[in-house]
Amino acid sequence: MGSGFLSRGFRGRPRDPEEAARLPPGQYLTRDFPVLSAGPTPRSATARWDFVVAGAAEPTRRWTWDEFRALPSETITVDIHCVTKWSKLDTVWEGVSVDTLLDGVETSAQHLVAHCDGGYTTNVPLADVTGGKAWVAFAYGGEPLDPEHGGPARLLVPHLYFWKSAKWVRGLELVDPDRPGFWESLGYHNYGDPWREQRYAGD
Amino acid sequence: MTMRDDETRLDGNAAAGLLDEVFRFEMTTTRTVCAGCGTVAPVGALMRYGHEMGAILRCAGCDTAIIRVARTGDRYWLDLRGTVSLRIEDGAPAPGEPAG
Ligand SMILES: [Zn+2]
Repeated sequence: MGSGFLSRGFRGRPRDPEEAARLPPGQYLTRDFPVLSAGPTPRSATARWDFVVAGAAEPTRRWTWDEFRALPSETITVDIHCVTKWSKLDTVWEGVSVDTLLDGVETSAQHLVAHCDGGYTTNVPLADVTGGKAWVAFAYGGEPLDPEHGGPARLLVPHLYFWKSAKWVRGLELVDPDRPGFWESLGYHNYGDPWREQRYAGD
Repeated sequence: MTMRDDETRLDGNAAAGLLDEVFRFEMTTTRTVCAGCGTVAPVGALMRYGHEMGAILRCAGCDTAIIRVARTGDRYWLDLRGTVSLRIEDGAPAPGEPAG
């Protein structure tokens, strides 16, 4: 770490029209993977890690790390877009679909809050994490997820700005009504669609 | 994979610029009382986790977010839930004023 501080990678609109078409408005491409953290990096031992689905959920669910890793997982190749304007194409993750985690759970809630080690939260509509649109990822680029990038596991919701892909995720709370999370309660957009450039509240 | 040092932890003085835009008095010597553990500390001694989305000033003792401040376009957003009070020194030089 450190040596890349001034290296912002390739910046600007790409010349390749196929790549340019994949870049939402106001974004630039980076080859790096910038790290944004709002607090100290937790170092969660997987021996004490668990993942919970709770709130307005019937039944509630809980997995230990070993149980979680025994769930069916898939490889996901997606473009990611940070509200601080970098985008990264073709990132490769491995994770468990949120559909799998919510399978068999009954709820009348339309919203969900992701809870993380360190107290970070983010809210997303339930419809945005179901139907093959979101995962709990435990590997990046074929390697276990670094703590700096959210390991042992992070939420991956690639069609929304990347702050929604909460690092160090430990649980999903089904809620009604919606409840703004860490950045959503500090001026950032409640939904955060990069293609509609929903960066800030009111955009 | 290379990483940038955006998560580098600095002390609260590093957030002085953004706080000076919001407050019209000296903030680095203003005292906070942690809502989590009761620790009394000047803003300048808090742990600042910052990046381009905003500045998070945390208690050095318990990591509670004492002050959260963000600038979104032409608005500032300020969350002070993490401090019981702010004790502001009257007569402390305002930003940009010469001391003494
Ligand atoms: Zn404290």
